[in-house]
Amino acid sequence: MSAGIRRILPQLLTLLAVVALITAFFPSFLSVEMVDGRLVGSAIDVLKRGAPVALLAVGMTLVIATGGIDLSVGAVMAICGAAGAWAISNDYPLVAALLIALAAGLACGLWNGVLVALVGIQPIVATLILMVAGRGIAQMITEGRILTFSHDGFAFFGSGTIFGVPTPVILWLAVGILFTLLVRRTALGLLIESVGINRRASALSGVNATVLLVFVYMASGICAAVAGIVATADIRGADANNAGLWLELDAILAVVIGGTSLLGGRFSIIASLIGAMIIQAIDTGILLAGFPSEYNLVIKAGLVVIILVLQSPRLSPRISAALSRRRKEPAPAGSATEARE
Amino acid sequence: MLLSIRGLTKSFPGTRALDGVSFDLRAGEIHALLGENGAGKSTLIKCLTGVYERDAGEILLDGRPVAPQSTHDAQTLGIGTVYQEVNLLPNLSVAENLTFGRQPSRAGLVQTRKMRAQAEEMLSGYGLDHVNVAQSLGAYSVAVQQIVAIARAVALSGKVLILDEPTASLDSAETEMLFSVVRDLRERGLGIIFVSHFLDQVFSLTDRLTVLRNGQHIVTAETAEVSRLDLIHHMLGHELEEAEHRRHATKTAQQSVLTFDGTGRRGKIAPFDLTVSRGEVIGMAGLLGSGRTETADMLFGRTPPDSGKAHDDDGPVSLRNPREAIAAGFGYAPEDRKTDGIIGELSVRENIALALQARRGWWRPLPRAEQRELAERYIERLDIRTSGAEKPVGELSGGNQQKVVLARWLAMNPRFLILDEPTRGIDVGAHAEILRLIGEVVESGMSILLISSELDELVAASDRIIVVRDREHVAELVGEDIETDAIVRAIAASDAPAAAPAAEVAR
Amino acid sequence: MTAKALMAGVAFAALGTAASAQTVGFSQIGSESGWRAAETTVTQQEAEARGIDLRFSDAQQRQENQIAAIRSFVAQGVDAIFVAPVVATGWDSVLEEAAEAEIPVILLDRMVDSDPSLYLTAVGSDLVHEGEVAGQWLVDEVGGEECRVVELQGTTGSSPAIDRATGFRNAIEGADNIEIVRSQTGDFTRSGGKEVMESFLQAEGGGADICALYAHNDDMALGAIQAINEAGLNPGEDILIVSIDAVPDIFLAMSEGDANATVELTPNMAGPAFDALEAYMADGTMPEKFIQTDSQLYTPEDDPMGEYERRKDLGY
Repeated sequence: MSAGIRRILPQLLTLLAVVALITAFFPSFLSVEMVDGRLVGSAIDVLKRGAPVALLAVGMTLVIATGGIDLSVGAVMAICGAAGAWAISNDYPLVAALLIALAAGLACGLWNGVLVALVGIQPIVATLILMVAGRGIAQMITEGRILTFSHDGFAFFGSGTIFGVPTPVILWLAVGILFTLLVRRTALGLLIESVGINRRASALSGVNATVLLVFVYMASGICAAVAGIVATADIRGADANNAGLWLELDAILAVVIGGTSLLGGRFSIIASLIGAMIIQAIDTGILLAGFPSEYNLVIKAGLVVIILVLQSPRLSPRISAALSRRRKEPAPAGSATEARE
Repeated sequence: MLLSIRGLTKSFPGTRALDGVSFDLRAGEIHALLGENGAGKSTLIKCLTGVYERDAGEILLDGRPVAPQSTHDAQTLGIGTVYQEVNLLPNLSVAENLTFGRQPSRAGLVQTRKMRAQAEEMLSGYGLDHVNVAQSLGAYSVAVQQIVAIARAVALSGKVLILDEPTASLDSAETEMLFSVVRDLRERGLGIIFVSHFLDQVFSLTDRLTVLRNGQHIVTAETAEVSRLDLIHHMLGHELEEAEHRRHATKTAQQSVLTFDGTGRRGKIAPFDLTVSRGEVIGMAGLLGSGRTETADMLFGRTPPDSGKAHDDDGPVSLRNPREAIAAGFGYAPEDRKTDGIIGELSVRENIALALQARRGWWRPLPRAEQRELAERYIERLDIRTSGAEKPVGELSGGNQQKVVLARWLAMNPRFLILDEPTRGIDVGAHAEILRLIGEVVESGMSILLISSELDELVAASDRIIVVRDREHVAELVGEDIETDAIVRAIAASDAPAAAPAAEVAR
Repeated sequence: MTAKALMAGVAFAALGTAASAQTVGFSQIGSESGWRAAETTVTQQEAEARGIDLRFSDAQQRQENQIAAIRSFVAQGVDAIFVAPVVATGWDSVLEEAAEAEIPVILLDRMVDSDPSLYLTAVGSDLVHEGEVAGQWLVDEVGGEECRVVELQGTTGSSPAIDRATGFRNAIEGADNIEIVRSQTGDFTRSGGKEVMESFLQAEGGGADICALYAHNDDMALGAIQAINEAGLNPGEDILIVSIDAVPDIFLAMSEGDANATVELTPNMAGPAFDALEAYMADGTMPEKFIQTDSQLYTPEDDPMGEYERRKDLGY
């Protein structure tokens, strides 16, 4: 357990620093009060607004752990949100609408997984296809307009509360815990890391890398589906043009801030979730600070750079290890290249 | 002397790739550089061309010490290299490839006509009069591309030309065409280093040869004065005459556990029959590229066989992929430990448990305590030198990494374990331990296929030895026949078809 | 100059045939937004009402498609051509071809950089004016009372965001009681409007210090309305809501008392264009070079449900 805490310590410290910085600009940032049976406050807003990125980051962590990347999650959010909104506005029961949205996410993940694992297309290219096409699919479902609905059951997933806590917060916590248990209480985590570090050696040890790769992209798809449900329920409408727009990049950033290498290998879902909260705290902090909106992106980029540089005591040995590995590799392995003719 | 290398040393963590190697090259000679995988050829070349920085030793070019920092640096000094895979740009024209980086230009614009004239001049004397320099390079055969690469390297460098396995993808006519170009360059006074594992080509083309083994200089001699047998002896080594040779010849009468009938794969290895007995060590000898590793890859389902069938007492055994082979009770410690064996960033514990876990399935995790117990057991049994079971395996030395891979398979208790070069690149102590371990596990009834370039090792450990040549199983030695000279003779027996005519010309 | 002569020639030729337009070609940009889709629908409806045969061509956001469409309209010998140009430059030669064929061209919604003599007129809205109408409504609504306004801007740097901000500020310039206290971009989206409004509420005493919201489009206002509701406040009463565009959903909100005012960016650019064309065809009346559409203000007194019904099938 202590090893677990040591793993996420840099992310926790970063989150604390960001929160301290915002509180300096906006003293009531951490104050939370109960209004009409729901918790209200900027900190709660961070937890709630961060839900889509946090949900995406869960799946993205697994994909990145295998050495891949999933650029399509933003578009998959739009598809799943549109599918859910379409179902609910055509008077399907709530459960059916949710299942349709989740199934759409799984189908998108299956498509990505098959392209990567079976067809052998590079992940960045394979998922780029759905990133581009996905929004078009979502627009076909919504017929190009914002598909609004007024179903309180569905809207509950965006703006409802459970014991005063916003539903999206409960959702991302639940999905995060569920996936952490799934990969750590079974051997999935070990096998995913093993494939991410060395797919050839893993396959020779009997690991079914193909099935694992399809699994992680489907996991990413279903996380994107939940995020799509949250985003759609939040505004009570499916906005195919804007739902999840650019969120794939925030999700990747959350995983990177969470300390998982883009080269694949060791991963921590909890650290990625903290990474997502760091990003959202920055976003919300900027809004609260009241700077002109021209500065938003510059401030965010500046803070992210500072965070990544400060984490570099952890990152730099990793980078230098990766570099030296590349340089040393050919020799001790007995000129591996020579043997492959 | 055009090029002299004195006491060149280069180490990587866990191995000494070059250990005080000396080498020299005269102007106007073709000098073969020979050795098995891991002998140090590539490291030597990379030190020469500035890819690696040497730890010790000196390189003299025309009597002056040089220290190339990059391939470009080496080119400027006069050392050019042509690799097996042509590293030119196939979609540019021949002329652009030849003049790349130095195109004649005026006011920033390439002068095409001048460039073509220059290119034609560069190609003259290479017998490529039919080549249109305005055509894209990719339109021509690999041999022509290879010669264009040589022409470029000669024009850029002009003193030393290194040819690294240049004939590997050429047919015999193309090879001859390339050789006549190389001989012309010798007449023009270049010093040429020729790296190849085709011994016939070495005999037909080169003036002198140097053999490296395990990072050490073994011999340098006039090619004409070296016999084929001696050469193979030099490359494979047999210093420990008749080391404690296990004599298990009687075991052949024992019960068979696996039978392969006509198992083969087109382009990889010709079909062969093989019966594996319980508790037997089958040695496999052959030169690099002869079909050793191909046999192992095929038996383990990595490149599944396309002919023949395998069966045991219970019936047929399917080997379409590694998982099926593992299910059939196979294990495989591959030759290239780094890329195919260890999972570098995972701990020793996780590496050892990996195959076992993969067989159990992801939904039945091996409890952490059991993994730790397993790891501790094998760390002790194999004497794996590590600060603990949680240390990333990539941080261990080569020999200990190899032991971890062995532990992974021993934990599975396979009935047939394939070991491809299990002792390559590891220190002497670990070497002996691994051989002792092989003796131990066969006592318990496990059968082993041991592939090795080290003949002593094979002689010491094997109950019988299969010799592989030109992707064919050509001989099997049993009992008293198991000794290094017999193996060398079987490897050398030349009815080799590839480039054979060239060899006869030279004799 | 030559172009002017040509135009005069067109006028005479048109007088010569002295009829009303029968066939009009319409080159639309595409259908990138709900408003654009509504413009297409309205144009078709206007043509139908006038008994005009409208030949429609969707350019899918590509100028070369539009140029090809105009050439084919010329070849077909239509009586007039409507263009909603995707970009401002590069129209000279194709417009000259239309002029030589004596076919009048009317620009819808967007302008081009060509010589004004090459087209009959342009119909469009005035983004600054829209902001002014919204601002003026607020000035009239609050009377002399103190009012702290938060502003949801469009995408940073886009011309609607810049012009609508300018217009609003022009209108409230004289009113010292009105002050814009916070201004942030909501990227023209509902979720953006909701998220930014939440932070405004937090920053301004839970919303108690906010008197009105000005949103650069209705979608952001709709997101903000949800945020205000969820914060336990009553949009439309505790916080006044004024926005621009007049999309159908804002009328639903208005009928429920959640929104107070919207300024229409009318999708009916074709109506005034057909009127101008008719007058020109009939007796050669040269229209103004720029016909500004109305920026009509809608409030809950204007039968919001009726407006919603009228708009909901236009393709928004």
